[in-house]
Amino acid sequence: MAKHRVTTTVNGDRVEFLCETHQSLLEVLRDELGLTGTKEGCGTGDCGACSITMDGRLMCSCLVLGVEAEGKSIQTIESMAAGTKLHALQRKFLEHAALQCGICTPGILIAARSLLERNPDPTEEEVRYWLAGNLCRCTGYHKIVDAVLDAAREMRGA
Amino acid sequence: MREMRYEAPKTLETALALLSGANGRARILAGGTDLLIGMRAGRVEPELLVDVKGIPEMTSIVAENGGFRFGAAVTGMELLEHEAFAKAWPGVIDGVKLIGSIQVKGRATVGGNLCNASPAADSVPALIAAGASVSIMGPNGKREARVEDVATGPGQTALARDEIITSFILPRRPPHSGDAYLRFTPRTEMDIAVVGAGVNLTLDESGVCTQARVSLGAVAARALLVPEAAAALIGTRVEAAALERLAAAASAACRPIDDKRGTIEFRIKVAGVLARRAAEIALARAKGKI
Repeated sequence: MAKHRVTTTVNGDRVEFLCETHQSLLEVLRDELGLTGTKEGCGTGDCGACSITMDGRLMCSCLVLGVEAEGKSIQTIESMAAGTKLHALQRKFLEHAALQCGICTPGILIAARSLLERNPDPTEEEVRYWLAGNLCRCTGYHKIVDAVLDAAREMRGA
Repeated sequence: MREMRYEAPKTLETALALLSGANGRARILAGGTDLLIGMRAGRVEPELLVDVKGIPEMTSIVAENGGFRFGAAVTGMELLEHEAFAKAWPGVIDGVKLIGSIQVKGRATVGGNLCNASPAADSVPALIAAGASVSIMGPNGKREARVEDVATGPGQTALARDEIITSFILPRRPPHSGDAYLRFTPRTEMDIAVVGAGVNLTLDESGVCTQARVSLGAVAARALLVPEAAAALIGTRVEAAALERLAAAASAACRPIDDKRGTIEFRIKVAGVLARRAAEIALARAKGKI
């Protein structure tokens, strides 16, 4: 059977790719489009390592089919830094040492950005609940939460 | 994995024709948060996926007859963000809020939560307590069913293989009404209900309960409507004695399994406790206190 020809927008660029029905958006991003910043953790929507936004909505790209991306607008971790200039969240993750192995980091950054777009001044509890779908097996989460709160403060200009 | 067709019809009629033509080898794709995992694990091997997210009546939330109608493919996040709906049905929102992570709720649909037919689905007892019904389309036209009549057992529904749940209907609420859903899980987030309880009640001007519906999840092969528990509240001021009778009736209705997440004895006990606590929250909401 012929593959699907999908036209979509990834990080602001119009992109075309071919995929089979069963291929996840995560596989397409990594293997067809070479955008390997998005990580595969569990592949079952439990760990959040593959978090992206599609039409502004945070989701796990392992639970989306590539063919479902037709006509959508996707944002991945590759959209976060402006060239060599890191996003405030990325800088704060470095300053707070909010990562160790780094596999969960792209997903957490995307999820945190999505939170701060909706709620620029979240409480610690709101950050923890919003990020409950992003597992980190290294840090114990405290530094991640601190980094998100600090980035939020800076982004608010507080 | 075998080759699989994918179709994204723009109308219900096309979707129904696709399902009818597939002789049961098609699956409806809404949020996909259960289906994609099942496919990847080899538990389901559809020949055709019918993506229903392009069908307008399945993805909209509208006020109707003083209540609400929302499409079966509306995502959890869309429902949570709908202020008028959230204000009218806080107990349904309690249930939807507990479905998975933000990422999962961004995709997962209430229709999927019902049709996946897990006895532990969090939105289902809340919808049953709310008195919600579903609109179903099939080759022979349209029919309606109560939410409590859709699931028949774990993973099993009363739907024919070429039928689609298109929308949920929430009735108009009388004044002084409140609903609530609570579940027990060892963790506060990202867990599966060991027991869930939904309560919806209406008070008259003097504070006497005139209508009530009580539903339990994860304590039987499907979510239960428990009229005996509701009867314990009707005609009372939902005072301590009535709540005790409610708890006893809720516990008595349980037919749970024993598993690693909870024993039979524990689930029966907790069902009563949660029903009572949910009733207290529903009462406070009906009185406008929270």
